[in-house]
Amino acid sequence: MAIDLKKTDVVIVGLGAVGGVAALPLTWAGLEVIGLEAGSWLTPRDFAPDELRNNFRGWPQAAQKANSEIPTHRPNASAPYSPRFPIHPMMNAVGGTSLHYWAQSWRLNPWDFRVVSETTRRYGASRTPKGSTVEDWPFGLEELEPYYDKVEHEVGVSGQAGNINGVIDPRGNIFEGPRQRGYPMPPLRGSEFTERMAAAARKLGWQPFPGPAAINSVTYDDRPGCQYHGFCNRGGCHVSAKNSTAVSTIPKAMETKRLQVVTQAIATSVTVDDKGGRITGVVYVKGGREYFQPADVVLVASYTYENVRLLLLSKSRAFPNGLANNAGQVGRHYITHHTGNPVTALFPFELNNWYGLPAQGVAVDNWADDNFDHSGLDFIGGGNLWVYSDRRPIAAASMSTFGKAPLWGSAWKSFIKQNADRFNVAYLQKTTLPYEDNYLDLDPVAKDPMGLPVIRITADHKDNEKRLGAFIQDKMAQWFIEAGAIAVEKGPTGTMGPSTHAYGGTRMGDNRATNVVNRFGFAHEVPNLGILGASVMGTSGAHNPTLTAQALAWRTAEHLTENWRTIAGNG
Amino acid sequence: MASEADDAPRNVSRRDLFRTVGSGAAAAVAATPLAQSTALAQPHLAGVAQLEALETLTAAEADTLEAICARLIPSDENGPGAAEARAAHYIDRALTGPLRPSREAYAAGLAAIDVYAQTSKGATFVKLSPRDQDAVLTELENGVATGFMPSAAAFFNLVRTHTIQGTFCDPYYGGNANFVGWDLIGYPGLRMAVSSDEQRMRVPKAVRKSAYDEAMFTPKGSNPKGDDHGHRP
Repeated sequence: MAIDLKKTDVVIVGLGAVGGVAALPLTWAGLEVIGLEAGSWLTPRDFAPDELRNNFRGWPQAAQKANSEIPTHRPNASAPYSPRFPIHPMMNAVGGTSLHYWAQSWRLNPWDFRVVSETTRRYGASRTPKGSTVEDWPFGLEELEPYYDKVEHEVGVSGQAGNINGVIDPRGNIFEGPRQRGYPMPPLRGSEFTERMAAAARKLGWQPFPGPAAINSVTYDDRPGCQYHGFCNRGGCHVSAKNSTAVSTIPKAMETKRLQVVTQAIATSVTVDDKGGRITGVVYVKGGREYFQPADVVLVASYTYENVRLLLLSKSRAFPNGLANNAGQVGRHYITHHTGNPVTALFPFELNNWYGLPAQGVAVDNWADDNFDHSGLDFIGGGNLWVYSDRRPIAAASMSTFGKAPLWGSAWKSFIKQNADRFNVAYLQKTTLPYEDNYLDLDPVAKDPMGLPVIRITADHKDNEKRLGAFIQDKMAQWFIEAGAIAVEKGPTGTMGPSTHAYGGTRMGDNRATNVVNRFGFAHEVPNLGILGASVMGTSGAHNPTLTAQALAWRTAEHLTENWRTIAGNG
Repeated sequence: MASEADDAPRNVSRRDLFRTVGSGAAAAVAATPLAQSTALAQPHLAGVAQLEALETLTAAEADTLEAICARLIPSDENGPGAAEARAAHYIDRALTGPLRPSREAYAAGLAAIDVYAQTSKGATFVKLSPRDQDAVLTELENGVATGFMPSAAAFFNLVRTHTIQGTFCDPYYGGNANFVGWDLIGYPGLRMAVSSDEQRMRVPKAVRKSAYDEAMFTPKGSNPKGDDHGHRP
């Protein structure tokens, strides 16, 4: 029997990148909030610069809830399963994966909100790929802009604006939509290598610019600027310069005394009343005991896989196929962001990429979204080109030999001795559309230690994404060659297995037949259930999802505070 | 240490290593000039790294693994290799913990490579010349060697991956001894704060320390004098 706890205003399931943001406007508005977090608190002492532990052993995921429920994957419904990932791409902790992510904090570009209508307007309706379930968002960038702005300032984002109220600044991204003001901090500094790449891009007639990052470039909110030590990639920050929610919005929310953080709490179901019309609370397990936390409103704020899983596991008489799933849309419109098709370059000189971080780089958006004419092309969408300074010894020694040396022995050793600091791998994020046959459901066999099924991903890249991938690789290769590379290697498309960029499954939209949540992030079928995270996003864009998911979370939370009586139903 | 220049048979077993450098820490750290300077800077690391146990591998398994590692990343004109880095020691330690799921693969693979070496070259792996050892390893890499489950190539890739980890990891883990791996690829080392100048395309002077030389990352109960990281399992 679950132990009944005292009712609260709002329960947030998951205090990561999005739950940790939503807690702030809620508590500022005077609501009492309980945050259930499967992980625990981590501190700077936990963030050792240790490549083996962070990048190869997946610390701290190895002993975590996420790691006990790694999704399975198969390319399509009749294909065999892919090998199971040994480590979940995300982690549990107060702050979640915002503790060890790359912290690239992009706004989406205007096109990403209007893929269908803009494609139809410019090229005709036939250019939206067959089988894609993509829809326009229920609103445009201008609706989300104030929330991007709030998150950039409360979490702390450094960067160079490219468009302030319509005034273009060529030092920033000239393709971005209008913003009301610049970033609260200047961009992270470049390295000599990224400056060299920027110069090469200019020679090609492109517009390079430093990317935005939730990392302090200067002292901000009493925390220091980045130290560029080279262990940011899957490592937490030893000086708290990375603006995870654990050091930014969550402490600010706790200052109100209205946020109670419950760590090592694993939510197992969201419950509904007898009529099935309203959420009553959350059941969770902590320390081997089961608790029931009643609440007026529940915000599900874990990762895409876990959001979908919790809904599908929360079955009741009113929702026999899972909570808010009577329309059969939970798990649909799933996207694994296409970050495959990498390009690796070999230079004839040392780059000194040993220090820096994935967010210290140079971007080109000339080939992203619809920033270029697709009339003569056989795909829609585009990619962000990103080159950065980041290298550690084990990864360096594991480098490609570009077909110029064997993979072991003296000749190999001689090759890596010369070339370990002469290669660079670009990060290429590309438009990825949702399709009818790419989806999430519960695996019929694989279960977690509690006996609950894990998520099964059924998804594969389609022709549009493959063609786009090849196109972007050509552009990236051209850029590397212009900068002096003597060899480039183009990697494979990759699979759509578990990813740090997983979207959809609880998509947002006005049409309740094709979307799980409404334009404010509340379930069409259950008014006091809100969903936070990239699981509500219907398009990926060509940039990292976190800032958009955080802006949406702030907007959902603000909507709740402004419509409390209606949504909580206790007026 | 033996170099690649002479093609004489060379068994890099643990016992031989101890015979070469002596079993005491002082003798061991004096093996190369680099180690000497490192030892002055990092007395606790150097003092601990030389004591080795076999925590999971049998002595015979360890001898075979040492020999494989020594061919994957050989000592040669480009400097020390996986043997000096103590990659096999790293693997032995890791097999008790994070690499435990691979323990059976090592037991089966190390046995299979001896059977295959005996059949194809007439002696167990450690007794073959470096040239024959390389031939056997090539046959593993290409998946043509028989007697391996699931495949010779899978075992080869497993050992290669772990040998690279053991050669280039933080020395805390028992590999990359005396930073020979980091020196090989010119890693300028751990700097907790990196200046703009240190990110010029001119690699700065190497710093030699472990992450766990930083007091903030070690448990409070570890030796406050710093002559033992408290990391021996």
